[in-house]
Amino acid sequence: MNPTKTGTIRRAFSDAKSEGRALLIGYLPAGFPTLDQSIELVQAMCDGGVDLIEVGLPYSDPLMDGPVIQQAVDQALTNGATPESVLRVVKAVADRGIVPVVMSYWNPIEQFGVENFARELQQAGGVGVITPDLTIEEGQPWIAAAEAHEIDPIFLVAPSSTNERISKICHDTRGFVYAASTMGVTGARDQVSNMAPELVDRVRQCTDLPIAVGLGVSNGVQAAEIAQYADGVIVGSAFVKAATAGGVAAVLELARELAQGVRQGG
Amino acid sequence: MTTSEVEHAEVIAGHFGPYGGRFVPEALTSALDQLDAAFQVAIADPDFGIQLAGLERDYTGRPSPLTRAWRFGKYCNDAHIYFKREDLNHTGSHKINNALGQVLLAQRMGKTRVIAETGAGQHGVATATAAALLGLECAVYMGEEDTRRQALNVARMKLLGAEVIAVTNGSRTLKDAINEAMRDWVASVDSTHYVLGTVTGPSPFPDMVRHFHSVIGRESREQILAIEGRLPDAVAACVGGGSNAMGLFSGFIDDPNVQLRGYEAGGDGVETGRHAARFSAGSPGVLHGARTYVMQDKWGQTIPSHSISAGLDYPGVGPEHAWLHDTGRAIYEPVNDAEAMEAFALCSRTEGIIPAIETAHGLAGVIRLGKELGPDSVIVLNLSGRGDKDVATAARWFGIELEHSESGISIELAEGR
Ligand SMILES: Cc1ncc(COP(=O)(O)O)c(C=O)c1O
Repeated sequence: MNPTKTGTIRRAFSDAKSEGRALLIGYLPAGFPTLDQSIELVQAMCDGGVDLIEVGLPYSDPLMDGPVIQQAVDQALTNGATPESVLRVVKAVADRGIVPVVMSYWNPIEQFGVENFARELQQAGGVGVITPDLTIEEGQPWIAAAEAHEIDPIFLVAPSSTNERISKICHDTRGFVYAASTMGVTGARDQVSNMAPELVDRVRQCTDLPIAVGLGVSNGVQAAEIAQYADGVIVGSAFVKAATAGGVAAVLELARELAQGVRQGG
Repeated sequence: MTTSEVEHAEVIAGHFGPYGGRFVPEALTSALDQLDAAFQVAIADPDFGIQLAGLERDYTGRPSPLTRAWRFGKYCNDAHIYFKREDLNHTGSHKINNALGQVLLAQRMGKTRVIAETGAGQHGVATATAAALLGLECAVYMGEEDTRRQALNVARMKLLGAEVIAVTNGSRTLKDAINEAMRDWVASVDSTHYVLGTVTGPSPFPDMVRHFHSVIGRESREQILAIEGRLPDAVAACVGGGSNAMGLFSGFIDDPNVQLRGYEAGGDGVETGRHAARFSAGSPGVLHGARTYVMQDKWGQTIPSHSISAGLDYPGVGPEHAWLHDTGRAIYEPVNDAEAMEAFALCSRTEGIIPAIETAHGLAGVIRLGKELGPDSVIVLNLSGRGDKDVATAARWFGIELEHSESGISIELAEGR
């Protein structure tokens, strides 16, 4: 493997693009329902065709998450999940040759120590961090620490973001831009918001970074639809639901369905 | 200024030293920018000032009196104790000052719906009241635990036409109500304004909420100068999120000889871990959109707070208080449930004022403060609310409905001091 991690995420996107498809991104919280089971679940995601995995760092007050993910992270915390668990899951993903990033609210990273977190994540094989409640204004120290450890800081844009803000956010983002498809919290929805194509369009005009769309995606049909205009499709709550309902087998099946979806649309 | 200087100034504007700021989902950023802009325009607009001052006078009943607590003062080492009577405001607490200001602002911004979180229910009632008055739809999030201990206020909100949503996740108290209100707001921000009820949260809330409560400090300053002919030695308040305290402090913050004293909930005792003493047992972190003192474990997970008072039962605190604490300008101390309830009884029996249990923490603080500052020192306490909502809790505490209750002794003790 390439000794430098910088660019791993972008390479994954361009590989997918050269195959004429979108990248499939899946989320699961570390330690849900237990640490060992969460490792099996992400391995099933890898086996089912997920290209990039967002390992969630469970947090007590996840204000961007709907009930499904809230309950999952509560369970993970009850079962003792810590940043250490996250690093273990990240390593398990990296060992499968799949791209691991972390998704974390800001306070746990701040308490771990910004510099320490970036360094330990790098050592575990992580290549990016999504921070849903960190604005770029507050995020400058983090951006510097991440860069020093070849971690891509990944920020979100929303339908309400002005073009001016989008271009500032893109300026500080590495790896890919996370486009929140809708104004709302995480949760599988029957229909992906019609605000997403317009948002992706606006982001394209600001950057040549890949753009992935998340919030509300739950099945292969929706994945195919998004793959027509975005570079990546992000699925979270649907994986958590599948894990709760049918464990490893259900997660594997959902991953396969979504992997097919991103190959139909792109 | 160059563009980057303007940007820099904007970034700094929402901070109090290292505290405050904005830690929110991107979806809320433009709403907060719009809110900030609308707030700045409104406070520069004489019409808005006239409209708000008119409501404060004719609807809230301001100015609220400054009452000398003669008999209570005897238990405070004969200090001159003054109560700033926010309990006499319409709806029974200081919370109406902020609710009217924000709902008026929401109306100006063309919003048709307001949401709020509430702990003790006082902010929920105040917001429901302002929404009824100004014709906006209103939904209030309240932890399930709090809907039980503040049932009277739940009924009041419903009577006022608000929808009350009991929050059943997490610790089922104020912290979780704020999470749910934020989640609602992310999805409804086009039509809805979030009337945050205290000086916490992302910028511009701490500045805005303090602004709407600064009338408390302005009036108190004028009143105490008129009565005593001098500034007080200290001003004091209970501190949940810290809005009644910030409102009072703001009138004296530039007077270096006036001490600022805040009293947070010590619950069962700071040493038991069951408390809401952010300054005694918390550390800097990020919660609900701002950097401030937070009760958290070593991994940054929020530790649930505990207090007999729903309005002080919160693991974070306003970021400006964090800064006042670090700079030493204000001093914060915890007051345990038992000490607060003793002061509750004492105030009721010596002054004929049944205070809110939140306020009782400030009353207990003032008893300590009188001893510290000596006879004839002048102390102003923000009597932030009345205790009607707490009658059931207090009756239970003092064993009023029970024949032989241990806690019944507290009343005797308070009386016999
Ligand atoms: C009467 C009263 N005082 C104080 C508080 C605490 O809030 P804050 O610290 O924002 O004044 C409350 C909150 O519900 C209250 O009802």
